[in-house]
Amino acid sequence: MAEPLLSVRDLVVEFPTRRGTLRALDRVSFDIGEGEVLGMVGESGAGKSITGSAIIGLIDRPGRIAGGEIRLRGERIDTLPEDKLRRIRGKRIGMVFQDPLTSLNPLYTVAQQLIETIRTHLDVSEREARERAVALLDQVGIPAARRRIDDYPHHFSGGMRQRVVIALALAAEPELVIADEPTTALDVSVQAQIIDVLRDICADRGAAVMLITHDMGVIAETADRVAVLYAGRMAEIGPVRDVIKAAEHPYTSGLMGSIPTLAQTADRLTQIPGSMPRLDAIPQGCAFNPRCPRVMPHCRTDQPPLTPRAQGRQVACWLYAPAGAAHG
Amino acid sequence: MIAFILRRLAQSVVVMLVVALISFALFRYVGDPVASLLGQEATAADREALRARLGLDQPIWVQFYEYIGRVLRGDFGISYRLQQPVAQLIMQRLPATLELALVSGIAAFVFGVALGVYTALNRRGWISNAIMTISLIGVSLPTFLIGVLLIWVFAVELQWLPSFGRGEVVELGWWRTGFLTESGRAALILPAITLGLYQLTLIMRLVRAEMLEVLRTDYIRFARARGLSNRAIHFGHALKNTLVPVITITGLQMGSIIAFAIITETVFQWPGVGAFFINAVRFVDVPVMAAYLMLIALIFVVINLIVDLLYYVVDPRLRVDRGAARH
Ligand SMILES: Nc1ncnc2c1ncn2[C@@H]1O[C@H](COP(=O)(O)OP(=O)(O)OP(=O)(O)O)[C@@H](O)[C@H]1O
Ligand code: SF4
Ligand SMILES: [Mg+2]
Repeated sequence: MAEPLLSVRDLVVEFPTRRGTLRALDRVSFDIGEGEVLGMVGESGAGKSITGSAIIGLIDRPGRIAGGEIRLRGERIDTLPEDKLRRIRGKRIGMVFQDPLTSLNPLYTVAQQLIETIRTHLDVSEREARERAVALLDQVGIPAARRRIDDYPHHFSGGMRQRVVIALALAAEPELVIADEPTTALDVSVQAQIIDVLRDICADRGAAVMLITHDMGVIAETADRVAVLYAGRMAEIGPVRDVIKAAEHPYTSGLMGSIPTLAQTADRLTQIPGSMPRLDAIPQGCAFNPRCPRVMPHCRTDQPPLTPRAQGRQVACWLYAPAGAAHG
Repeated sequence: MIAFILRRLAQSVVVMLVVALISFALFRYVGDPVASLLGQEATAADREALRARLGLDQPIWVQFYEYIGRVLRGDFGISYRLQQPVAQLIMQRLPATLELALVSGIAAFVFGVALGVYTALNRRGWISNAIMTISLIGVSLPTFLIGVLLIWVFAVELQWLPSFGRGEVVELGWWRTGFLTESGRAALILPAITLGLYQLTLIMRLVRAEMLEVLRTDYIRFARARGLSNRAIHFGHALKNTLVPVITITGLQMGSIIAFAIITETVFQWPGVGAFFINAVRFVDVPVMAAYLMLIALIFVVINLIVDLLYYVVDPRLRVDRGAARH
């Protein structure tokens, strides 16, 4: 099997607090293949953003990676010193945040921010960087890019600003783009366009995408595979079609039940009775057990491992785990 | 842009008119100008004659109108005590105050920003903690005490620096400067520290708080995610955004520096307008007091205008035609 572009294994992220250590991610594992679009879904607080931050080594202090490993083309990046990590951020992994309104520095023109990013990572002249910047803006669909490039962020509408952010994320031709709810803060009318721009430009350049979203409709249309997080743990991963058609994890089934039609936005994923536990109150065993319609006695004592299934799917649920794994 | 400046100018004029009114009221109602000018032995007829000559028999609004007219011509009356034109007396002393304020202000800004940035970036270091603790003392000690302490240590005990006066001055036209002589510069040091210390700590704390705030913003996070160097992030993106609000406060502090120079000038017998004002108060020299009030107000207004314009230059968001977001 070809080596995945990104490989995350047993990633643990912890936040030490006065009342003990909170585990925001508990042994999360997944891969992203070359040029693949991986959708990541989960309720608010499931750990989606933390996963993205951990990959580029930007977890807010005092949070820290407390275990596991992250590899980019086989090379470990979670243990790199800051100056080496810096050359991965932006250069090999691009990042798009939720709110384009606040992602751009208001005191710098779009050109300044783009050129700065390009010249940080690529050895090009100011002039060449500028040409590249114009081309990038053009590709993300900003009309009259050459004229608009010297404008300040506040001159652009929300949708246009997010295009600028995407251009910035792609400025140094990264192999992977992590987009953390790139459309949540935008007008509904432009959300689909932004997702299209993101998907097309990444497909063009062969960049893989980790798309974090609440919107199962977007996942269904955009992603190749989907990963479902629950309370900092991976519940299920698999090809989008298969997972949507026949979810295996009871939590995922509940989620899919909450998509009225795929085209509509199923925003907050709360069709399942109850709510996701807070980090300081995760039950023993399977984190989903208090809400699970198919809960079994040992679900309350033992945590189910992520188990490989057919078609490259993986599920963390005792309904599918090999017998005896509980004691392993 | 033009509209913005005009609006600001109009506001400034209103402020100055209000101050002129207060200053006029002071002039007119504190003490008796006729008695002050004529002394005890004048006859009732003399008084009436002077009253008429000064226009004090006119309706009050006419008097105010004429007062404004005189002020605009730079005529602030005659000092009761020194019997010389107030404008002239003040102009003689203004350079001393302005030089002192300028040096203190620049030092306060430069060191305040530098220390603020340092303590924000090294939040947990012991040096930062030490600076923050010392700065707390800096803001809580009264100015005159700092002045006296500095005099005691550096002038009396160590005898490194003079304890009073301006040293030798050089005349550049009507402007007497202390910058050009060694003794003039040496004499500036202690008063400048005394006057600037409070503003320095204020600016430092402001910069620190603002910088910490900015470092938490999304655009700094995004800048990190783009792999920019720490230097570019801290001294480019973060510092620039920090300075936008800091400029306003610092500018306004310049006004306070000039106003607070009263205490420092008194402690160091600095021959500026502040010490002159204190003397005027002691002798109820009303024309001088009124003129000083106008002068300080004018300085505040001018500084405010400059700050507004600077703000405008620094922050592109203010430069837009309103309702901008084009598609
Ligand atoms: N600085 C922090 N200190 C303590 N806990 C934190 C911190 N940052 C995040 N967390 C916790 O980590 C968990 C995961 O947060 P994360 O931001 O990844 O959620 P998310 O899945 O992105 O949710 P959302 O959909 O709301 O963005 C949350 O429970 C949150 O409370
Ligand atoms: S492990 Fe048990 S509780 Fe958890 S999802 Fe599976 S069946 Fe439900
Ligand atoms: Mg999030």
